[in-house]
Amino acid sequence: MNMTAQARSRIPGAVPETPVSSGKLNVERIRADFPILKLNVAGRPLVYLDNAASSQMPQPVIDRLVRYQTEQHANIHRGVHYLSETATAAYEESRRKIQHFINAREDREVIFTSGTTEAVNLVMHGFGRKFLTAGDEVILTTLEHHSNIVPWQMLRDEKGIKIRVVPINDAGELLIDEYEKLFNERTRFVGVMHVSNALGTVNPVKAMIAYAHARGVPVLVDGAQAAPHLKVDVQDLDCDFYAFSGHKLCGPTGIGILYGKAAQLERMQPFKGGGDMILSVSFEKTVYNAIPYKFEAGTPPIAAAIGLGAAVDYLSALGMDAIATHEHELLEYATAQVSGMPGVRIVGTARHKSAVLSFTIAGVHPHDVGTLLNQDGVAVRTGHHCAQPVMQRFSIPATSRASFAFYNTMGEVDALVAGIRNVQKVFG
Amino acid sequence: MADPKALYQEVILDHNRKPRNFGTLSQASHTAEGHNPLCGDHITLALELRGDAIEGIAFQGESCAICKASASMMTAMVKGKTRQTAETLIKEFRDMATGTLDVGQGDHHLGRLTVFAGVRDLPTRVKCAILPWHTLHAAFNSVSSTSTEAGDDPMHAPIGDA
Repeated sequence: MNMTAQARSRIPGAVPETPVSSGKLNVERIRADFPILKLNVAGRPLVYLDNAASSQMPQPVIDRLVRYQTEQHANIHRGVHYLSETATAAYEESRRKIQHFINAREDREVIFTSGTTEAVNLVMHGFGRKFLTAGDEVILTTLEHHSNIVPWQMLRDEKGIKIRVVPINDAGELLIDEYEKLFNERTRFVGVMHVSNALGTVNPVKAMIAYAHARGVPVLVDGAQAAPHLKVDVQDLDCDFYAFSGHKLCGPTGIGILYGKAAQLERMQPFKGGGDMILSVSFEKTVYNAIPYKFEAGTPPIAAAIGLGAAVDYLSALGMDAIATHEHELLEYATAQVSGMPGVRIVGTARHKSAVLSFTIAGVHPHDVGTLLNQDGVAVRTGHHCAQPVMQRFSIPATSRASFAFYNTMGEVDALVAGIRNVQKVFG
Repeated sequence: MADPKALYQEVILDHNRKPRNFGTLSQASHTAEGHNPLCGDHITLALELRGDAIEGIAFQGESCAICKASASMMTAMVKGKTRQTAETLIKEFRDMATGTLDVGQGDHHLGRLTVFAGVRDLPTRVKCAILPWHTLHAAFNSVSSTSTEAGDDPMHAPIGDA
């Protein structure tokens, strides 16, 4: 706590400055860190419930980006001058912050990518194209985001591999018996999302990984919707790869992480060729750099990587357990409110869910829902959420999705519920 | 900015609830499909052209209220008119929706279709309103099994991502 904060906390009636006390978040204090949450939209206070698409950035992360850009910017891993050394140190420090955030064994197991999508594509190119051949099988799930489907279809078209898909039940939960039945002697890889972006289902990835490993099959976990909301421990999960995005984690866009076990990363082929990923180059022979640099060709988004380190610091200070607890309360409250509304159907009712509430309103297309909610200042996502197989499973073209973050309040849930009532009134 | 709530006026809600010319044509000479992969709007349009006259028109599909009402009002507007009149409306509607035609100022033939003027302030919804009109344009240029009309013109191919 700095002096200004101490001074303010002595003013009677002032908001207490401690963001966390006895495991509970002080949400009003936290909201003060997010300048964008003070916006008005359509004359109403912004109610931002599109966090699964992208979360907002707190002032300390914005400040870190500004400090880097104003005092520390140069290209990294190249110059011997002061700024290059400063930037390189900050970039590598950020890598270590992320290593600790996900409890990776070593910092070289943390690769900066442009986001989850690039991380999955890196694994497809680096692992899939090198080790998979015609007839080999990859297991994916119905819940996957398009970014963990399409790269494997590209590999299927190139190599003649087969894609097997784990089905889900009506609640949006993976059928684990069916998952286990999909394994055979040709199974070479599993890709599974940790938390469903469309439905919020938290998948039992640890058990799924153990089952795959018992058959010698490596597993990639798409953690884009998990890393911002629950404590991720890649050693405890024992996953071979774990991918997530910075901008869903209160960090900048254009940055993401691929965690990979060192042994896997070392035997993979590079994804992109260029500067920084080599030890030596001649026209006869190029020697690739060691991990993680082998996978970081060209000048990376240095500012974004450093910003992500600051975002991880911010979340860690709040505590992922406290974040998960508050978001669970929001989800419980929202579920109770919305499930009681006639004509509203919640899509995705898994027993173990993250703070995502997908719903449909009878007789109203989700895009009309989204436009009308926006008139009340409420931002939700409407559409197929880049998960068309999930929509097909429920025989719906789209849903409206409210997705919560730790800075959302019960009052904002009430605004969503009032907005839904208004939609029903307009279409009445 | 116009009050976007005004977009969901009674006339639009009414056409959404009770779409006109909703169904298929037994005598279709031209058909086209319109699809907006971004939001999942999907309509099929059937035309019965005699010479240049639009004798019959019908649409079907799954879409949001803006798209469905636009399709419904479009079919009601062009039925019995000539292809040339419809093409003029297609252009004027598109100009209105994208904001290049101010319906309060310019010379136009849009009539009650001006209820859609508000979409120009909602960029993500412009395509919903325009989709039926793009599909009509594509249908005019379509090849039908029962038609000897001109073949597919690549300049006017069905607008898949309209």
